[in-house]
Amino acid sequence: MDVEPPLHEDVLARRGAIVAGLCRLLPEDAVISDRARLRPYETDGMASERQVPLAVALPSTTGEVVAVMRFLHREGVPVVPRGAGTSLSGGALPRADAVVLGMMRMHRILEVDYADRFARVQAGVTNLAITEAVQKGGFFYAPDPSSQLACMIGGNVAMNAGGAHCLRYGVTTNNLLGLTVVTAEGDVVEIGGRHVDAAGYDWLGLLTGSEGQLAVVTEVTVRILHAAEGARAMLVAFKANEVAGACVAAIIAAGIIPVALEFMDRPAIAACEAFAHAGYPLDAEALLIVEVEGSAAEQDALLARISGICARFEPVSLRVSASAEESAAIWKGRKGAFGAVGRISPDYLCMDGTIPTGRLAEVLARIGEMSGRYGLKVANIFHAGDGNLHPLILFDANDADSQRRAEEFGAEILRLCVEVGGCLTGEHGVGVEKRPLMGVQFNPTELAQQRRIKEAFDPGWLLNPSKVFPAADAAA
Amino acid sequence: MQTSFTPEQLRDPGLAAANEVLRTCVHCGFCTATCPTFVLKGDELDSPRGRIYLIKDMLEEGGPPGALVVRHIDRCLSCLSCMTTCPSGVHYMHLVDYARGVIETRHTRPWHDRLLRRLLAALLPYPARFRTALRAARLARPFAPLLPRSGVLASRMRAMLALAPERLPAADGGMAGKVWRPEGTRRFRVALLAGCAQRVLDPEINAATIRLLTRMGGEVVVPDGSGCCGALAHHLGRHGQTLAEVRANVAAWTREMAGEGLDGIVVNASGCGAMVKDYGFLMRLEPEADSAAKVAALAMDVSEALLRFGYAPSRPPAGITVAYHAACGLQHGQKITEEPKLLLAKAGFRVAMPAEAHLCCGSAGSYNMLQPEIADSLRERKLGNLRDCAADVVATGNIGCLTQLAGHGLPVLHTVMLLDWMAGGPRPAALEAAAVPEPEGEARAHELAAEAAGQLGG
Ligand code: SF4
Ligand code: SF4
Repeated sequence: MDVEPPLHEDVLARRGAIVAGLCRLLPEDAVISDRARLRPYETDGMASERQVPLAVALPSTTGEVVAVMRFLHREGVPVVPRGAGTSLSGGALPRADAVVLGMMRMHRILEVDYADRFARVQAGVTNLAITEAVQKGGFFYAPDPSSQLACMIGGNVAMNAGGAHCLRYGVTTNNLLGLTVVTAEGDVVEIGGRHVDAAGYDWLGLLTGSEGQLAVVTEVTVRILHAAEGARAMLVAFKANEVAGACVAAIIAAGIIPVALEFMDRPAIAACEAFAHAGYPLDAEALLIVEVEGSAAEQDALLARISGICARFEPVSLRVSASAEESAAIWKGRKGAFGAVGRISPDYLCMDGTIPTGRLAEVLARIGEMSGRYGLKVANIFHAGDGNLHPLILFDANDADSQRRAEEFGAEILRLCVEVGGCLTGEHGVGVEKRPLMGVQFNPTELAQQRRIKEAFDPGWLLNPSKVFPAADAAA
Repeated sequence: MQTSFTPEQLRDPGLAAANEVLRTCVHCGFCTATCPTFVLKGDELDSPRGRIYLIKDMLEEGGPPGALVVRHIDRCLSCLSCMTTCPSGVHYMHLVDYARGVIETRHTRPWHDRLLRRLLAALLPYPARFRTALRAARLARPFAPLLPRSGVLASRMRAMLALAPERLPAADGGMAGKVWRPEGTRRFRVALLAGCAQRVLDPEINAATIRLLTRMGGEVVVPDGSGCCGALAHHLGRHGQTLAEVRANVAAWTREMAGEGLDGIVVNASGCGAMVKDYGFLMRLEPEADSAAKVAALAMDVSEALLRFGYAPSRPPAGITVAYHAACGLQHGQKITEEPKLLLAKAGFRVAMPAEAHLCCGSAGSYNMLQPEIADSLRERKLGNLRDCAADVVATGNIGCLTQLAGHGLPVLHTVMLLDWMAGGPRPAALEAAAVPEPEGEARAHELAAEAAGQLGG
């Protein structure tokens, strides 16, 4: 791991005064400052990295966020915004001199408009809650990260989150209309609105995926879509990972875009089946979940074409889900996959890289070879259609050596992604996890350019400072 | 998740088991979304993952936990929604129960908190004492306005007084040692956990259960010596009392199993069912480990028993819509979700499910007396969702939920009351009280149909 950007010693020295200042701005139960209760905030979904913050503030309104941000800016205190804390790249990892700004209390749905197809919600609304709020009108919010039950829309914006169904509907940035953000100085800025595109620069595009480094998102206006008439999932099992990989490439090359095209290997299948009882084939080496949607006739036609392609790869079995319950169980297993892996290993590192789908078979073979070399098992779960890989490296955090090997293994996988023409992140963001590898992806000029953007918004490097940029490039 | 216990610490088998649970948690955070206290409070510390972390630290450090930390663990309802959600299979229940025991021995609570907990543990599991206490509470209710407006103590007292029912049903006259003979030939034989608080608050639930089972050809026995399941003391962290209560039940049921034999141990309160099914784990270090495991394997919720032994209604459908409120002890504790709904549908009711069915109603054993504010918020939320079902009546499988939800304009009753009615039992009084219309002209038809069915069956 990289060296941390330097701590603000003066902030550490003024801790008492800073906490007292927060207490004047927020209700009593919205400021946490005792060490025992700060500990659960020291990490997020990437539990291998930990740092107890200076304090935690839990605002309930944009107004409270403004007050806190103004105060912290005046005091020169770094801020780490946090949603549900499900980041797998350490996006919400605190610093010792930083206040964690927890957005979980901002969970109100502010406005739903079916005619204009948008929903305006506070940043702490969970991804799934948006769909739940609009499904009675027959609508849904498309990006569906696996953690959609828990993860919050503000974090989705920060990481430009994806999900299984992004193959068809695009990632977060393709489904946003507007944002209310609070700047590092504590000013409210409205970006975009309820319509597609906006006058001037594409601020929305710039802020989406900025990992909490440019501003704090407090409200989000999303595009909601009318749900398809119906959807059906199909499970296709194969003898080997590489065969499944080749089959994915063939489906995509045939010009078919299913709504979702997911890949799991044997260890992942076993873990997910134990959790979801979805009837995954336990004897398969690799499994594809293919989902199509539309009218029954459209579904039939697409499934027939896809089955035809799969047949060329000698599938071990092929099963089309017969009911909505069966499809729900299939997705429950897939979406719970990362957690389910906790059943077969005490800890895992979840990788997130992207490759051209044509190279899938080759990359799978090389990951298998690395797994042997590092002496660590790996469970592969991918959004195969997008070429977005999530190899989960299984290790034991109570064994320092296995942790070190896991980190090296992970870095090698990501380097491989870049080498074959892909990219370091698919949907989890850079966070702290991929920060040291940014130099593999970008040259110094590109990094410097990005840094200038960061500094235009936050010259004092107070917003989520220890993320994204390699330490050498971070705070000057 | 990483833990850092010393080998000495891990020699304690309780801690070793807790460590296993902690190691299964991968800190993914999925469980936060379905935890009632996180939904209300919006604080990681009031979420399952936050509590797991607090417990981990408390156990690693080994000293007495601070009051601020204890507050967040105390707020846990033990609804186990987190266990339903957790993809990794984290056994949160074993962890939090162990943590409660540790808190009870290492942490000194304020005097009134200690007193209240001791009182609850000494009253609720004993029907006679509980009955007396409820009478006293009822008498004291007019004095509630004299309580100070704020403060933990006052709000808890107010909650207790409010929970005491207006009118106590007649005592069931003791159940221990009794046997109820089957109608017709004996097809099966079960023990019934007679329960403790439920017997005082609503003895009709046991009566309906017995009617249902004997009508189906079951012999029902409440063995001498069986009593409270132990869950109450357990959730208050009172290890000694828990073991004593569990031991008594295990002994009583084991005698019965060795004697005339048992096809099941039927439990009609969901929290108690979850507890009895866990006897094997609870007693794993005791000499009775084997018999406790056997008892646990025989335990079944009354809905499971009714399906297994072939429940069949005898009256024509009543044309009533039932909103099914899933008690946490059933849906999360025992993973029983479909059985009660299946039975209600079988009995001819239209079944409606409320939104947010996974969220606890706030009852949670003695929780509504210890944490009245959270319990009240959860009750309001639950009542709102239930009202949206526009059903005639609410059915649930747990006495705690009944007391928590009753008296707010919605008739709430135990599922067995409705099932018994449709199988020839009396029309539940709760329906009368709420003026749920009797299907027109059908009342007499029911009687006739029942009689006919009875004659045919006999
Ligand atoms: S048992 Fe219920 S209240 Fe307690 S942590 Fe789990 S979900 Fe939350
Ligand atoms: S869902 Fe399970 S594994 Fe994930 S944080 Fe909660 S308890 Fe831990």
